[in-house]
Amino acid sequence: MEKRTIAATLVFAIAAVFFLFSIFLIHPFGKPGNVAMDDHIIANTQNETGTNNAVTSVVFDYRGFDTLGEATIIFAAVAGVLMIFRRVNP
Amino acid sequence: MNGMSKIVKTTVSILFPFTMIFGLYVIAHGHLTPGGGFQGGAIVASGCAMLVIAYGSEWVFERIKTKRLAAFESIGGLGFIAVALLGLVFSTVFFGNFLAGSNLLFGTTPATGSTLADMNTGGVLPLMNFAVGIKVIAGLFVIVLVMAYASSQKEWNT
Repeated sequence: MEKRTIAATLVFAIAAVFFLFSIFLIHPFGKPGNVAMDDHIIANTQNETGTNNAVTSVVFDYRGFDTLGEATIIFAAVAGVLMIFRRVNP
Repeated sequence: MNGMSKIVKTTVSILFPFTMIFGLYVIAHGHLTPGGGFQGGAIVASGCAMLVIAYGSEWVFERIKTKRLAAFESIGGLGFIAVALLGLVFSTVFFGNFLAGSNLLFGTTPATGSTLADMNTGGVLPLMNFAVGIKVIAGLFVIVLVMAYASSQKEWNT
C-alpha cells in the first residue's frame, strides 16, 4: 500500500475512535450536565436583560460578540457577491 | 427571462404581503417569541426571492435600486454597532444592556417566572433585532437579486 493510504486510514481510525467515545460518553438526551452558566442564565435573564425570551437574551446580550461576527459574515458575503457580479463597463 | 405563468404570478401576488407581514412580525417580536432578526430577515428575503422567481429578475431589477439595498445593509450593520457602543457609553461594557430596567423605551422589567408577553421589555434587544433584521433583509435579497440578474444577462462582463 502507498504511504498516503496508510496515513489516511490511521487518521480515519483515530477520528472514528474519538467520535465513538464522544457518542457513548455524551449525556443522556434531555438531561444536560450540571453547568453553572445555564442555571445562572435561566434564573437571572429576566432581571438582567428584561426579556422573557432567554434565547434572544443569550444571542444579543450575553453573547453579543458572536452576533456581531455573524453580521460581519453576512456583510462580507454581500460585498463578495457584489464584487464578483459587478459591471465592468457600466 | 420574462417570469413564469400567470397562475404563478397571481399566487405570488397574493402570498407576498402575508410573507412580508409574517417576517416583520418575527423581527418585531424577536424578544418575545422564537425567532429574531436573522430568522425574520430570512423570511422576508425568501418572499422577495419568490417575487424574483415568479416575475423574473429583470422585472424586479428595474424597480429596485441595488445600491439602495446595499446602503440598507450598511445602515443595519452600523446601527447594530452603534447600539453596542451606546452600551459602552451609558453602561459599563460593549454590548451592555443600558435600557433594561430604566423604564424608558423597552425598559420595563418583567416579573420573574412565567409571565405574559409584554412588547415594552427587553432593553436594547429589540433595537438590535431591528438592526439585524434590516441588515439580513437587504443582504440576502441583494445577493439573490444580483446573482439572478447577472446569470440572466448574456453580456454582463463584455
